[in-house]
Amino acid sequence: MTQSQSQRPGTASQDAPLAIELRGISKAFGTVQANKDISIKVRRGTIHGIIGENGAGKSTLMSILYGFYKADAGEVYIGGKKTEIPDSQAAIDAGIGMVFQHFKLVETFTVLENVILGAEDGRLLKPSLAKARKLLTDLAREYELEVDPDAVVEDLNVGLQQRVEILKALYREADILILDEPTGVLTPAEADHLFRILKGLRDQGKTIILITHKLREIMEITDTVSVMRRGEMTATVKTADTSPEQLAELMVGRKVLLRVDKTPARPGKTVLEVRGLRVVADQGVERLRGIDLDIRAGEVLGIAGVSGNGQSELLEVLGGYRAATGTIRMNGQELDLTGSASAARSRRDQGIGHVPEDRQREGLIMQFRAWENVGFGYHHEPRFGSGMFMDNAALRKDCEGKMARFDVRPPDPNLTAKSFSGGNQQKIVLAREIERDPDLLLIGQPTRGVDIGAIEFIHKQVVALRDKGKAILLVSVELDEIMALSDRIAVMFDGRIMGERLPAETDANELGLMMAGMTGKVA
Amino acid sequence: MTDALPKWADILLIPLINLILALFVSGLVVALIGKDPFEALYILVNGSVGSAYGWGYTLFYATNFIFTGLGVAVAFHARLFNIGGEGQAALGGLGAALVLLYLPLPHWTLAIVAASIGAALFGAAWAAIPAYLQAKRGSHIVITTIMFNFIASALMVYLLSRVLIVPGAGGSPETARFAESVHLPNAYDVLPWLGFSRSTPLNVSFFLAIAACVFVWALIWKSRLGYEIRSFGQSEPAALYGGISSVRIIMISMLISGGLIGLMAINSVMGEAERLVIDPVQGAGFVGIAVALMGRSHPVGVFLAALLFGALYQGGGELTFEMNGMTREIILVIQALVILFTGALDNMVRSPIERAFLSLRWRPAQPMPTSPKGGDNDPVPGAKP
Repeated sequence: MTQSQSQRPGTASQDAPLAIELRGISKAFGTVQANKDISIKVRRGTIHGIIGENGAGKSTLMSILYGFYKADAGEVYIGGKKTEIPDSQAAIDAGIGMVFQHFKLVETFTVLENVILGAEDGRLLKPSLAKARKLLTDLAREYELEVDPDAVVEDLNVGLQQRVEILKALYREADILILDEPTGVLTPAEADHLFRILKGLRDQGKTIILITHKLREIMEITDTVSVMRRGEMTATVKTADTSPEQLAELMVGRKVLLRVDKTPARPGKTVLEVRGLRVVADQGVERLRGIDLDIRAGEVLGIAGVSGNGQSELLEVLGGYRAATGTIRMNGQELDLTGSASAARSRRDQGIGHVPEDRQREGLIMQFRAWENVGFGYHHEPRFGSGMFMDNAALRKDCEGKMARFDVRPPDPNLTAKSFSGGNQQKIVLAREIERDPDLLLIGQPTRGVDIGAIEFIHKQVVALRDKGKAILLVSVELDEIMALSDRIAVMFDGRIMGERLPAETDANELGLMMAGMTGKVA
Repeated sequence: MTDALPKWADILLIPLINLILALFVSGLVVALIGKDPFEALYILVNGSVGSAYGWGYTLFYATNFIFTGLGVAVAFHARLFNIGGEGQAALGGLGAALVLLYLPLPHWTLAIVAASIGAALFGAAWAAIPAYLQAKRGSHIVITTIMFNFIASALMVYLLSRVLIVPGAGGSPETARFAESVHLPNAYDVLPWLGFSRSTPLNVSFFLAIAACVFVWALIWKSRLGYEIRSFGQSEPAALYGGISSVRIIMISMLISGGLIGLMAINSVMGEAERLVIDPVQGAGFVGIAVALMGRSHPVGVFLAALLFGALYQGGGELTFEMNGMTREIILVIQALVILFTGALDNMVRSPIERAFLSLRWRPAQPMPTSPKGGDNDPVPGAKP
């Protein structure tokens, strides 16, 4: 709606030549218009943020720039020259490097081997490796990009793996670096380090395009920000001239409340008691190393942590379908820890609802219609039919009611789950689990891939459930979400609880340290 | 996938286009060997559905294919590829034959019930071992069911040449003829006014096949078990989350699948041969795969696809008689082309048609929430197979 393409506040970088200019890029998939007439100018030596909700078309745009998709219309200018990018090799030749959300590294190769992969000169590896080794040392010195060139990639943590991706791009002499949601897998400290690297690269004249949905990152590091909504570029503004509230509004198209309004919790009796919980995964790796937790009625216990530190396993154990040792008592009753489908079913009978982390893989059957999904997991209950048969009419009716109460759009029970947006899919799962009236609700990543408008609604539902006196276990990698919703915060690192804090008595810094494995107290 | 197309297009339009394409290429093959494709098509159609005699055979074959097709379809819903139809149907034949040979059954109505139980139990038992290996040990069911076809075939040869063979009766490897009292009424007996000839093998088990269609429909779309089978087939992680046991679903759906396939013996062994011969299945187990694929694993689709393949079998047979130079192999080529186009190449036709339907449907402004999909994780909606 706002057609304010490239306002021109006169700053130093504003005079810099253009690194990239896109003119009138359009791309449709079938009849879904992923990019509509997008024009954007990115100046050399700047960090340019592209922000937008899931499905706004950010990744499609970058995929066009990197040669993965061919645009239906529009032109790409790189360094002022019109450039055709039919494939990723052409993009690399044009000086574009891409760091994907999911790294594209050969895990069993060393850093050095990964860096030269696909860019070896000649048939013998030795000279390329020597050249790369020298370059890596230079880059490491220049940009704080230290990585041991001989380390095997699978032994590196995600932050270091990401550095390898950046090094790969720099080795291919990229002048323009595109990063797609780079902080999703990083601890706050690692993210800070990444930002320092990016600023260093910018100061050396590299151009950086940062795709993200996190407003905080945009405000912190970018020089200019473009907002996308529903395939259109709604605005490009100087970061210094805008605010998170304004950006959120531009992303969603209406005013959004970024804070969660809630009253102090009034915790009641202990609902869930977890003692000495251990999980050993298939390869003999210990995923949970002795977890102790209590959750009381009427409170939200938030589990903070970088993803992959045991939170998923904790949810799965509590949900019944991962085996563990230790004890869990629910309302005083000991739970079955064999990790089976029947344990998962009896969890529901014992009053535990579960909104799983991955709604598309677990929470919903994507090919099922909405009405079939509202009974999923509870399909054995008499309310959905008697004897051997399901009462499909009851399911449909139930679905209509849930769609109305949870504002699912479009409110059509006959649509398959996969045709809803992420936020509406999540509302269907939430409605199913909340309306079953559980004593304890497990919620994993409630707003992952969910648009801002729906986030607000989902947060309100969680608070409302708490106010009804229910116990809630919230797992999220979004620290802001944990801070906003939790009455108590437990931080997980490497399968352990590093400590518990009250939101009022802690801050992102302390939690960040704990998420990185340091016991917050001392620091 | 299901959203993009209305049901009728999914079940009727796409198979029809596939079929036309297959017949077109078949026509080219016929022309290539110097025959007139239109004459061949006429004989094919006329021989299968042009007379009551033709219909009799077409429906007889179709009955076999309905049973095997339904069996494969039920397994498909649990995302299990049951290629063991040949073996399960053969064992079904053994089960039916044992019941009919060794139980005193005074009337065919009693006999069909008892033989059905025997056939279904034996078919299910033959599917149970691969199912158990898949459920408990992760042995791939495609491999194990195929191997069980060979084992079944060897077992049948052994039993029929050593154990069940009638001593001194010419030495052909088959059992004795079943008693006159268990003879199934054929089409001529039941529906004389339709003009079915006495010589066609069509019999009352056709109605059993229709009943099986209704059973499968109710099982898959109306029952809790069917809901669980479909859930498991669509997403194993979701099934686990939802408290649905994979072992239970794999076992039950394979037992039902094998049981349905075993029931084919009621038509072929009890209805036609009236004794157990060395290969009572004649490829129907494999045709069932094509039938289930073409019928989109829906009983109505399976029924129609079985009719089509029944007609192809019967018409193809006529073709070898009527047209000089149309060998058995050419008929196989035509049947293979139909299987190729309706089964394997289904997506070739499906994607463009889905796109066509999508463009028709999205234009009348659909409310927003479905459309902001061309997104980060799934940029090509509806393009998944």
